[in-house]
Amino acid sequence: MSIFINKDTKVLVQGITGSVGAFHTKQMLEYGTKIVGGVTPGKAGAKVEGVPVFNTVRDAVKATGANASVVYVPPGFAADAICEAFDAGLDIVICITEGIPILDMVKAKRFMEGKKTRLVGPNCPGVITPGECKIGIMPGYIHKPGTIGIVSKSGTLTYEAVHQVTSVGLGQSTCIGIGGDPINGTNFIDVLSAFQADPKTEAVIMIGEIGGTAEEEAAAFVKAKMTKPVVGFVAGQTAPKGKRMGHAGAIISGGKGTAAEKIEAFRAAGISVSETPSDMGKTLARRLGMKVN
Amino acid sequence: MNIHEHQAKALLKQFAIPVPEGRVAFSVEEARSAADHLGGPIWVVKAQIHAGGRGKGGGVKLAKTPAEAREHAKKILGMTLVTHQTGPQGKKVKRVLVEQAGRIQRELYLGMVIDRGLSRVVMMASTEGGMEIETVAAKTPGKILKEWVDPAVGLMPFQARKLAFGLGIPAALTGKAVKLMTGLYKAFVATDCSLAEINPLVLTEEGDIVALDAKMNFDGNGLFRHKDIDALRDLDEEDPTETEAARFGLSYISLDGNIGCMVNGAGLAMATMDMIKICGGSPANFLDVGGGATAEAVTNAFRLILSDSKVKAILVNIFGGIMKCDVIAEGVVTAAKTLGLTVPLVVRLEGTNVKRGKEILAASKLNIIPAADMGDAAKKVVLAAAGQAN
Repeated sequence: MSIFINKDTKVLVQGITGSVGAFHTKQMLEYGTKIVGGVTPGKAGAKVEGVPVFNTVRDAVKATGANASVVYVPPGFAADAICEAFDAGLDIVICITEGIPILDMVKAKRFMEGKKTRLVGPNCPGVITPGECKIGIMPGYIHKPGTIGIVSKSGTLTYEAVHQVTSVGLGQSTCIGIGGDPINGTNFIDVLSAFQADPKTEAVIMIGEIGGTAEEEAAAFVKAKMTKPVVGFVAGQTAPKGKRMGHAGAIISGGKGTAAEKIEAFRAAGISVSETPSDMGKTLARRLGMKVN
Repeated sequence: MNIHEHQAKALLKQFAIPVPEGRVAFSVEEARSAADHLGGPIWVVKAQIHAGGRGKGGGVKLAKTPAEAREHAKKILGMTLVTHQTGPQGKKVKRVLVEQAGRIQRELYLGMVIDRGLSRVVMMASTEGGMEIETVAAKTPGKILKEWVDPAVGLMPFQARKLAFGLGIPAALTGKAVKLMTGLYKAFVATDCSLAEINPLVLTEEGDIVALDAKMNFDGNGLFRHKDIDALRDLDEEDPTETEAARFGLSYISLDGNIGCMVNGAGLAMATMDMIKICGGSPANFLDVGGGATAEAVTNAFRLILSDSKVKAILVNIFGGIMKCDVIAEGVVTAAKTLGLTVPLVVRLEGTNVKRGKEILAASKLNIIPAADMGDAAKKVVLAAAGQAN
């Protein structure tokens, strides 16, 4: 078992004819992901890595039976691409694109209301269920099938966590990057509740960062609803106020959204906090009662 | 991205928001002639910097004659204005706004931001005009009225009326208030704002409602479709290194410490800064070279880090994914050779092709200190910055 995606997930690539889309289509195919089609308006009939290209998501779904899509469309057009995927009734849309104007996402979120599709991202590395399906830009080979669920706002910091989990001899059930934008689809709580319900996932690593209140809300959820052990880390303890730290959402504004507040909320919820970013794996192992050097 | 008050007012005026008659001046003579042109009887001379609290710092003065406006401009232009938002170093004033001053009856607050939790634009209003909204929110949250906007229909007139009546705006003025509020929403959406504030919004003794001050911030991700707004950027108000980094597609923030950092990914970059601090050091910058960094990006990143004279050691922390470690290693070696690296360099590589990456660093004969993991790297760079051998 896993969450959100598995070996049967049939994936469309929106923006497949762009250089980024084409490159990652190849990577995903090599990992074993079932990429069944691509979408680029006006390019129907073309093929990328042997994958047929369609003009619209609906055309692609009709021809291939796809139930998921990944968006590599440039920022100015990405919110529209997300809405098109929702309109076609897919189960899940994963948006990798970084730099989408925030007001485009405000409109897109309004469009998504009442529809069954799940959005992951934008501005995220994607979702991977090791050994089964990789949708996104993460390096597949660092992952190992296992029992640890990982959810994070960051890309490379997630790879770091995966590496550390593997180093202590464990593997991952599913790893999900929810992205660093201020407005996104799937949030920490959505992922945590899915991990709680997933029989294969035995423990969770949650990686947050400064800005907003998503970590505090997630902590309250962990306290109220989760029985599985959760290990947490919050990046940005040394970030200055009022400066955006790379991610559009990573900003301490009006004194709110500091790492200290979030860590405090994690602790109060019984989450084992990794003191440093290099101790996530060891903190997890200790929490699971494993011997740690 | 921020703009000046005079620019924000000119923008808001295009959306039918009443603002005082005013002119920007870059010299004392321009200030005097601005006052002459505008006509009296009273003027206000306001320092234009990208920070609030200008009045308390002596950057806003009333003048009763054009000659007095000139005198005030003489004092303000060139002064280093220190406010609670500028930091102790302050900001040098290079332009002033000269405006007609009216008689104020009441000061209110009106602002718009994006509510991250609800994914909606929210309009906020308060009777506590002139105060910072954060202070009002902390002390008397009940005094902030909020209306969330459905993007499908925009700010509805009834929502604006609710705010106007909530603020106690007289019935005779509600029509004007509604027009102003809907204008502010239109401006916000049309220009990809991230924040728009009118503080104070004033009711005048003449029975008008006027935006006495204006602040607008824009979503950097939306600027590609607003070349006119991008052109309002004042480079004097921005950190030159941060501006240069943006040109190279790098995300860079200057900090106070002495350890230069180069990392791929924003989250890992923040975590690396944290790790340095935990080990007793202090980062000189935040620098994200991006998930798909090229050798050229690495060279540019090194140049930026080395342009900061505070830097006593550099830490490179790369988790290679799609970006391969050997490519990064070659970029580091080339950059170190071409730029003539004079400070200790600690490199931690992990991920794709890490073995070849490490071999390239070792074969380079450069004085590169390799590190096993993040913790090891931070410890080594802190020692190196303190001038101690590893």
